[in-house]
Amino acid sequence: MTHHRGSNGEPVDRRHALECMIWAGTGVLWTVSGGVPVSLGLLGEAKAAEAPSAGFTFLQISDSHIGFDKAANPHAVDTLKEAIGKVQALPEKPSFLIHTGDITHLSTASQFDTAAQIIGGAGFDVHYVPGEHDIIDENNGRAYLERYGAGARGAGWYSFDQNGVHFVGLVNVVNLKAGGLGNLGADQLAWLADDLKAVSASTPVVVFAHIPLWAIYPEWGWGTDDAAQALALLKRFGSVTVLNGHIHQIMQKVEGNVTFHTALSTAFPQPAPGTAPSPGPMTVPPGQLRNLLGITNVAVERGREELAIIDSTLAGS
Amino acid sequence: MAQTPLRGADATRVKIENFTFTPTALTVKVGTVVTFENDDDIPHIVVASDGSFRSKALDTGDGYTFTFTKSGDFPYFCALHPHMQGTITVIP
Repeated sequence: MTHHRGSNGEPVDRRHALECMIWAGTGVLWTVSGGVPVSLGLLGEAKAAEAPSAGFTFLQISDSHIGFDKAANPHAVDTLKEAIGKVQALPEKPSFLIHTGDITHLSTASQFDTAAQIIGGAGFDVHYVPGEHDIIDENNGRAYLERYGAGARGAGWYSFDQNGVHFVGLVNVVNLKAGGLGNLGADQLAWLADDLKAVSASTPVVVFAHIPLWAIYPEWGWGTDDAAQALALLKRFGSVTVLNGHIHQIMQKVEGNVTFHTALSTAFPQPAPGTAPSPGPMTVPPGQLRNLLGITNVAVERGREELAIIDSTLAGS
Repeated sequence: MAQTPLRGADATRVKIENFTFTPTALTVKVGTVVTFENDDDIPHIVVASDGSFRSKALDTGDGYTFTFTKSGDFPYFCALHPHMQGTITVIP
């Protein structure tokens, strides 16, 4: 569990944010490595989010990889079902879900169908962005766009407003360049500049995309080449929250007005940067898997600029 | 780490393992059929930088073959994980 707010609700500066993460040790223990808070591990069960008196919550799920059946988790369908079960059991129902990509493992029709049945079966509105595993059908992404592209531009980017918060879903998994990282591209950046023109600087902005929009570990491709251009467009806003998936572990960084956060997968964990020969699926001892899979609940509280981000694992209550 | 290019007589197979093409640099004669085989638990797509060849998504254990009919250097990468790169050098 991590909060970005002091115990009395006052905004916290960077130093205090880091202290707060250490204090909030019921879910995740944080340390600071090279200026980046890194999750060391989970300390027992994560607490459920305290219901805000005003405002709303939304929920992020990510990297469900329906179709994955290798040693790291032969039952990715079951763990997605468990994750959705946790969402349905939340004391305060989220207003909607966002899915930050890798819905499927191989972009097949049956994998998309299974994911839609499980996720859609919970009865929430879901806003998707694709991961690189969702655009590898024979028509290079048409399968995703046919299902989730209505109202979206280009490869599937869009924005919407909810309760005074501006949400932007970006796509950084198409037209990747040799030797490069994630990529937004000129068309999407031009659209983003235009989209943000009508949004006042006091409006909280939530940006979500599959690959992290900050350079977590370029050696494994964990970053986005032209993210700096997108972040420059977001500089004038008082509160920006960037939610990503792709790396199957919690990472967080607070930089000025921007809070970056990556979510757990519901399918399988991946190693911490540089701790394994590759970023491939990490097989953990039996009994530990559900400590490393989970969901992210985000509370938007009226009168507060920053959003409270609470991660909980499948093993937590 | 410098890698000694292998000759076509030594290998016409590029193994994809741990998000790496092995051998990273491979030299073959014109007309050689090269097989790219994915041993990872994550799919990869082999694509030439000049667009001259592109595999489907290769799931675990899947292979892709391409016959190199022109001499020259053919750099390629993974379309899903573009930090993965290799080169096929084709000689007469």
